[in-house]
Amino acid sequence: MTSYLIRRLLLMIPSILGISVVLFAVLAMAPGDPFEELATNPAVPPEVRANLRASLGLDDPIHVRYVNWLFAMLRGDWGFSFVSRIPVDDLILQRLPVTIAVIGASQLLALLVALPVGIYAATRPYSIFDQIANTLAFVGFSLPTFFTGLLLILLFSIHLDWFPFVYRTQLDSTGWQWWWDQFRQSIMPVTVLGLFQGAALVRFVRSAVLDVIRLDHVTTARAKGIPERAVITRHVVRNAMIPVVTLVALQMPIIFGGAIVTEQIFRVPGIGSLLISAVLSNDTPVIMAVTFVFACLVILFNLIADLLYGWLDPRISYR
Amino acid sequence: MTEETLRDLIGRVKRGSLSRRGFVKRVAALGLTAPMATQLLAVTGAAPAAAQSVPAYAPARRGGGALRILYWQASTLLNPHFAVGTTNQDSSRVFYEPLAGWATDGTLHPILAAEIPSVENGGLSPDGRSVTWKLKRGVKWHDGQDFSADDVVFTAEYSRNPAVGATTSGSYQGLNVVKVDDHTVRVEFERPTPFWADAFVATAGVIIPRHLFANFNGPNSRDAPTNLRPVGTGAYRFVSFAPGDTLRAEANPNYHLPNRPFFDTVEIKGGGDAVSAARAVLQTADFDYAWNLQVEDEILQRLEATGRGRVNIVEGGNVEFIQLNTTDPNVEVNGERSSITTQHPAFRDPAVRQAMALLVDRESISRFIYGRGGPATPNFLNNPPRFRSPNMRMEFNVARANEILDRAGWARGQGGIRQKDGVRLRFVFQTSVNAPRQRTQQIIRQAAQRAGIEIELKTVTASVFFSSDVANPDTFTKFYADMQMYTTTMTQADPQRFMNQYVSWEISSRANSWQGRNVVRWRNEEYDRIFREAEGELDPVKRAALFIRMNDLIVGSNHIIPIVQRPLVSASLNNLRPVLSAWDSTMWLLSDWWREA
Repeated sequence: MTSYLIRRLLLMIPSILGISVVLFAVLAMAPGDPFEELATNPAVPPEVRANLRASLGLDDPIHVRYVNWLFAMLRGDWGFSFVSRIPVDDLILQRLPVTIAVIGASQLLALLVALPVGIYAATRPYSIFDQIANTLAFVGFSLPTFFTGLLLILLFSIHLDWFPFVYRTQLDSTGWQWWWDQFRQSIMPVTVLGLFQGAALVRFVRSAVLDVIRLDHVTTARAKGIPERAVITRHVVRNAMIPVVTLVALQMPIIFGGAIVTEQIFRVPGIGSLLISAVLSNDTPVIMAVTFVFACLVILFNLIADLLYGWLDPRISYR
Repeated sequence: MTEETLRDLIGRVKRGSLSRRGFVKRVAALGLTAPMATQLLAVTGAAPAAAQSVPAYAPARRGGGALRILYWQASTLLNPHFAVGTTNQDSSRVFYEPLAGWATDGTLHPILAAEIPSVENGGLSPDGRSVTWKLKRGVKWHDGQDFSADDVVFTAEYSRNPAVGATTSGSYQGLNVVKVDDHTVRVEFERPTPFWADAFVATAGVIIPRHLFANFNGPNSRDAPTNLRPVGTGAYRFVSFAPGDTLRAEANPNYHLPNRPFFDTVEIKGGGDAVSAARAVLQTADFDYAWNLQVEDEILQRLEATGRGRVNIVEGGNVEFIQLNTTDPNVEVNGERSSITTQHPAFRDPAVRQAMALLVDRESISRFIYGRGGPATPNFLNNPPRFRSPNMRMEFNVARANEILDRAGWARGQGGIRQKDGVRLRFVFQTSVNAPRQRTQQIIRQAAQRAGIEIELKTVTASVFFSSDVANPDTFTKFYADMQMYTTTMTQADPQRFMNQYVSWEISSRANSWQGRNVVRWRNEEYDRIFREAEGELDPVKRAALFIRMNDLIVGSNHIIPIVQRPLVSASLNNLRPVLSAWDSTMWLLSDWWREA
């Protein structure tokens, strides 16, 4: 097990290096530059523009820039944002709490919806409940988040005037009022993200449970006279959860990506909206850092999924 | 109308033999607009300059609650001398102040200065070589230190220090700043300078505290903690800032003006898109003010119908216009296309340019595409009104365009496309990706088709089109197309920097890495000469006449075709009283914003 873990961790190094090379090359080849607004601003003399480019190392050849970036990264220096002129890691750390809160809440919501619905639908396949759940799940993951987001804004903010559609990080209120305000402004983005994730999960949970429920050991358990409730929770769900847990782990990075659009619509200042604004202003160090973090998350959660799989299912061994 | 008649009339107003109203009437008969006439009086000293430039401030007390402002672009840093783009200039302006700002009628309004320098009060030297600013007394920085002439002198040193990399450094070249005493500063120019109100004025002129920046006046400038925690003299002081998200400020209890500021706190939230920003103010009233709403007027009108807020339109000098290339984009000279050594095969014929101008239906473009956000204009230089030419006309007339082309010998050939001596009237017309621009392109293409001109439309992503990337062939300054269209911005109430876009030494070429401002690459000796003359002309009336002549020269050449003006459009709640200006930052007079009960 330990040797397996070490081997996997060592294997991560070349993949992360490879990813960074590809990202860096793509960004360097992309058109546009961070001083776009300076170019159209007549008040800025060309010398200042040239000076700024030089001071940020934009005029060096690409391989020199890559090596500089890599060594700085190894020392823990993520570089300076061209646009904010502050360290990139500060920017990312500022965004992290909101991102984790919103994504965490939506993932929780997804699980809270998907598990009971998926399990109940699987125990009564092709019943009315199953049909409805299936249909709604299809509708849920066919509708993109930017569409459901706008739909919710139109309904709840504009027609009913219940919830604000601009997310504010620093609320004026304190105590219980603060929690209430926080709830009111988070509910729409969390619902949009959570239901989108949940819809896909419902289908997965249902099929996983259906696979297990037909197996012999379940029949045996029923024949022994164990109550149906105990059969489902102890003998079916526990086994069915093995693939579900790996799926949830593998989906985590995808959720970070999927949150980008939602964050933009509701003005949630998360990592996704940081990435969008960095892309729009050609702020290469920030784009590089955020995409790199995403890439690392994918690799990390892949590893976690593999380890969890073995832990849940003792038949799998690591060599 | 000659300059002499004008001068004669102004002289009579000054002597009292002609009333001001009589003056306005007379010059109106000569083709000048009323605002232009009043401004002429103001700049020549025949009328009080800043009488009505800023609306009266009514509140008698403070404590107006919270002010919430929404920007669809978020600010990312708070050092005004590093600010790239309006968002950052605006948010740093909440805390910092210049000596004077530009009111929307194009006159100066004193902020940290005790008064606006003029020849009468001895602030301006008659030879135009120096300007003396008297500073307001008793002004304190937010940390309690006194504001003095040292801070003003330091600001100039900091901004022009190449190691700092300030984006405002252009305003501090060719001048020397001298401290006369603790509350007087003299700016000395190398040459007679009629436009003296650049250094220490408006966006480029905000004063920063010497005691906090003195140790960061060099390559370590970006390490200054004050870059993210501003300490200024403004009406609101810093509370917190999350780059790319929210900026919070609170009332400065020691502000240097009585009863100000009105609001207890200010919050500027950034991000999202323009349409939903308009919605958050006009429809749901979650915010008090939304900035820069480049949204189709139809949508704004629908949102306004809710009755909670209104749309503010402030006219400035920004203009959307078309350029007809003077050079040939399809011939390569020493690896450079659109080289100044070539001539455009079709546009070198004035008849073709005149026909093109007749084929742009500005009235329809304005009415159906831009609405209130884009009134049609025949001029390149539109504002302040004293610089607006009365001589240009706009006309949409396909029949006349056809007639002119027929007469000039451009005969219809294959597929109805006109040609002459092997040159076909087939043009590539480029612009940035932007819905109103694409609709405008379509309108022009259809009209051109009816006159036997084929136009191929090309669109480039804005981040590429407006970049300074030397390696990219699609930037607007390279102009590798026959025609292009964009908005050029006028950032100051004085047109000198705006009109340098057509002088021969600014021609964009490989030699200056396409950084020259004369993108259309037009050359005209008379224009160069009168531009030089205007640079040193101290008489405001004569100077205005020179700029009007420049406008007439470039527009009259038809190498550029002005389409619509682009005023600043914003939204605010009905009870909010913002003070806005087209020549300065949105926050230029945030101290005077208030809310009606």
